[in-house]
Amino acid sequence: MRHLLDFQGWNRPEVESLLDTARVMREVLERPVKKVPALQGFTVATVFFEPSTRTRISFELAARRMSADVVSFAAQTSSLQKGESYKDTLLTLEAMGVDAYVIRADSAGVPHQATRWVKGAVINGGDGRRAHPTQALLDAYTLLEALGTLEGKKVAIVGDILHSRVARSNAELLPLLGAQVFCAGPPSLLPQSLPGVHLTPHLEEALEEADAVMVLRLQKERMEAGLVHLEDYIARYQVTERRLARAKPQAPLLHPGPMNRDVELEGSLADSARSLVNRQVQNGVAVRMAVLYHLLVGKGR
Amino acid sequence: MRFKAELMNQEEMRRALYRIAHEIVEANKGTEGLALVGIHTRGIPLAGRIARFIAEFEGKEVPVGVLDITLYRDDLTEIGYRPQVRETRIPFDLTGKATVLVDDVLYTGRTARAALDALMDLGRPRRIYLAVLVDRGHRELPIRADFVGKNVPTSRSEVVKVKVVEVDGEDRVELWEKEEA
Repeated sequence: MRHLLDFQGWNRPEVESLLDTARVMREVLERPVKKVPALQGFTVATVFFEPSTRTRISFELAARRMSADVVSFAAQTSSLQKGESYKDTLLTLEAMGVDAYVIRADSAGVPHQATRWVKGAVINGGDGRRAHPTQALLDAYTLLEALGTLEGKKVAIVGDILHSRVARSNAELLPLLGAQVFCAGPPSLLPQSLPGVHLTPHLEEALEEADAVMVLRLQKERMEAGLVHLEDYIARYQVTERRLARAKPQAPLLHPGPMNRDVELEGSLADSARSLVNRQVQNGVAVRMAVLYHLLVGKGR
Repeated sequence: MRFKAELMNQEEMRRALYRIAHEIVEANKGTEGLALVGIHTRGIPLAGRIARFIAEFEGKEVPVGVLDITLYRDDLTEIGYRPQVRETRIPFDLTGKATVLVDDVLYTGRTARAALDALMDLGRPRRIYLAVLVDRGHRELPIRADFVGKNVPTSRSEVVKVKVVEVDGEDRVELWEKEEA
């Protein structure tokens, strides 16, 4: 692979090979010296046209753990404020010798566009509502760690599916690994269709016998548009201890963060033994190391 | 590639590894604080066999680890490389151990250098030895093996192939000649 934009055209062996590499990277992160020289001499730029904390830091740490040089670009403090275009921003970085660009943008398609502007590898760090492939990869990795396999497993994704690039990327990736994906949310927060996924407004249907449950952040900023009323949402869709009883015993609970405790899920569940939220964050660094490694070292293959 | 000669057969390999096992114990004055680390791929079964020989004649189990040096290679961008990294598993503390790195062939020395870097990141061994089944010369770095099964003077156009039952279905060391381009 030359870029990581989404999972269109990916096959299972490619995903598994990447996750195998992530497993090795996970071990590197547990060593006394959490650093390897694999990407020495490469430069990685995190180019965030939209704010982010965990994804940016996770990528920067991943690049540094492999000895790459890292430059960080944030729109708020850049020449974008002076009217510079995305394209010119990226060309400027290219001229400085960047080998890989992690691009986060509030509109879909910016990373795709970027592949036409720069020679380096482009990684989608989240674009609009469209895709967030490394989040899906770290979710898949965390699920595999917890369940052993995703073959025939039922994964419930609950919450604001309509606006969620995380849900979309998981809906592409998890079925590639053999999982059945059920997405549940209020009708106003469900897309018309999502290929390969069961969409349902009934939370119970999604949770019934689920092997794992992924809870999405309710994007409160969207509520003003009247898409959903907070109290209604909590009453009908909050993942609670009682509702989770429909899922398989000990079914793990995932959340891409940041969490609204006692909104999309009962606060106590976030800290329970079932919660893999911290594990997701740890695995995120390993997965991003694997992605950078595959793109930069195996480039053009 | 053209087959040229058999350098070692199964029995010769067994004898060489048996001798190396003795030499290791001799050098370490016993098995105290000793550990073996096999380098992927064929160094791993070879390290396992050396450990079994030591267990046979010393009655002591020596811990064995597995090391992949891919992330430490200095030629990642030069070789026709598939981004495949394998497991590193050292299920014991390396610090203070007399650690024997085990590989099948010693050639340029670059694998051994990468393995030394990797080991240093994993702990602080008391000392590191290098054991190889075949030393074919042509070093590019100032590295030598402490224990050698067989020294084989080769030309750069030749290839030494070590085959082991665990990976290749047979024990045998072969010399091949690269075809001219």
